Amino acid sequence: MRKVFGPFCALTGLMFACAPFLIARAPYESTMGLVQKIFYFHVPSWFAMFTAIGICGVASLVHLFRTSPRADRISEAAAEIAVVFGLMGLVTGPLWGRKAWGVWWQWDAKLTIALLLEMTFISSVLVRKYGGPGSDKLASAVGIFGLAVVPFVYEAVNIWRTIHPLTSVVPNLPATMGLPFWFSVAAYMMLLALLLMLRVNLGKRQAALDELYLVYED
Amino acid sequence: MFFRTAWLVLKKDAAIEAKSWEVLTTTLFFAVSCVLIFSFAFVKEGRAVEDAAAGILWIAIAFSGTLALGRTFERERYGETLRALLLAPAPRAALYVGKLLGMLALLGLAELLLVPLIALLFQATLFARPLLLIALLAGGTVGFCAVGTLFAAMLVRARSRDVLLPILLYPIIIPVIIAGVRGTAALLGATPDEPTAIMWIGVLGAFDVVFVTLSLWTFEPLMAE
Amino acid sequence: MSLRRFLIALTSFVLLSAPAFALQPPKGQSEFVPVDSVPLTDQLPAAPLLITAYAFVWIAAMVYVWSIWRRMNKVEADMRVLAQKMPHR
Repeated sequence: MRKVFGPFCALTGLMFACAPFLIARAPYESTMGLVQKIFYFHVPSWFAMFTAIGICGVASLVHLFRTSPRADRISEAAAEIAVVFGLMGLVTGPLWGRKAWGVWWQWDAKLTIALLLEMTFISSVLVRKYGGPGSDKLASAVGIFGLAVVPFVYEAVNIWRTIHPLTSVVPNLPATMGLPFWFSVAAYMMLLALLLMLRVNLGKRQAALDELYLVYED
Repeated sequence: MFFRTAWLVLKKDAAIEAKSWEVLTTTLFFAVSCVLIFSFAFVKEGRAVEDAAAGILWIAIAFSGTLALGRTFERERYGETLRALLLAPAPRAALYVGKLLGMLALLGLAELLLVPLIALLFQATLFARPLLLIALLAGGTVGFCAVGTLFAAMLVRARSRDVLLPILLYPIIIPVIIAGVRGTAALLGATPDEPTAIMWIGVLGAFDVVFVTLSLWTFEPLMAE
Repeated sequence: MSLRRFLIALTSFVLLSAPAFALQPPKGQSEFVPVDSVPLTDQLPAAPLLITAYAFVWIAAMVYVWSIWRRMNKVEADMRVLAQKMPHR
């Protein structure tokens, strides 16, 4: 991990620095104008959050059924990171919506369930902090259930009445918008990987400290 | 073996409950006071707001259900019978099903009281399509109890368990609440909107299938310690 | 046994969600249409929102990295304290 960390960090930073230039050169969208460019931060945040939730869910499953401390650390890290990216999405969304729809918030299906996913993973983080012994398994269960609710999120916008752009926007992106978009997605994914590495490392050191305490107490 | 165990767990809980009726009466009374508080909160010009009926019904179910969940498992913890249950040579998932059936019965009785009460207080035409309403309530209650029973069982040995149960439970069952309220509201209109209600019943059914399966599957490893 | 249960669950899910898929909502915007420029009056009010969004993303990432760094420092400090105490036991 050490060897790849430095260059990885530098590359991510570089991508994030480049992104605004690519985004500025992208064409305006016909109905929404400049504010649509928040799309390049907003949608990749959600992609990153869903990826983090996926990682958390899989790691939780592994930890629950095989009691692997490594999977537990990954699930703990991924849950925290999902909260961070979710927060980014939940802040950039209303900023975009304020201009595009005229309201800060709307109780349409996608927003509602995105908010409740965020709350699910916040509750997972809280349970780890305040649940006492055995809370790693509880948090794993919450992670799994949170993952199970994700399909409801993705299909929601296509089933219920909503003014949110449909999920068919991304596959139908024209090439001039596609490049900055996928570049942003790549940048976010690298940020996700970076944060995951950092946080898992922290978890490992904390586990080592706990073991040291146990040895000390003997 | 599986269903026999579940049935035995249910009978045991019912027998203990029948001695004092503590959980049942207090849950019912809490549900009623919940409805009263909400009806006072939504009063306008001295009369209760009518459209709030669907929401209040489901909130009362969620809140009284949360309390009842906490207290049924508290009983196991207090009597230290949880370990005995887990040591029994029976499939763990059967224990879960037994507890689930007990919770369903309890909430079912609460709903039997709540629906006429709300129909009365809010002049809501809840009985216009009784079968659809029963399907909605059944679907929603099963979804709520499935996840709630699992989380309450998980939290029995945790610290801060009283407040952690709602924190963990509510985000997961919000789809149930949304579907339940929107479905009930569809039935309460001037002409009951049947296709919408049926769609929401479908959503609740899908949720129930997914989450009962998930709960059955994860109950064993979660109670393994 | 569990494969059978899984298949039953999957089939029931698919069948039960059919009514949900049958009811279609009015279509939202289905694709973005690019244009080259936009009248100046439409540009200005959006800029603060865009900048705030970008700034928030950076700040959130930085705050999180800082929080990890802070926790790491605490763990390392505790480890050093413990390592000092150990040889004396």
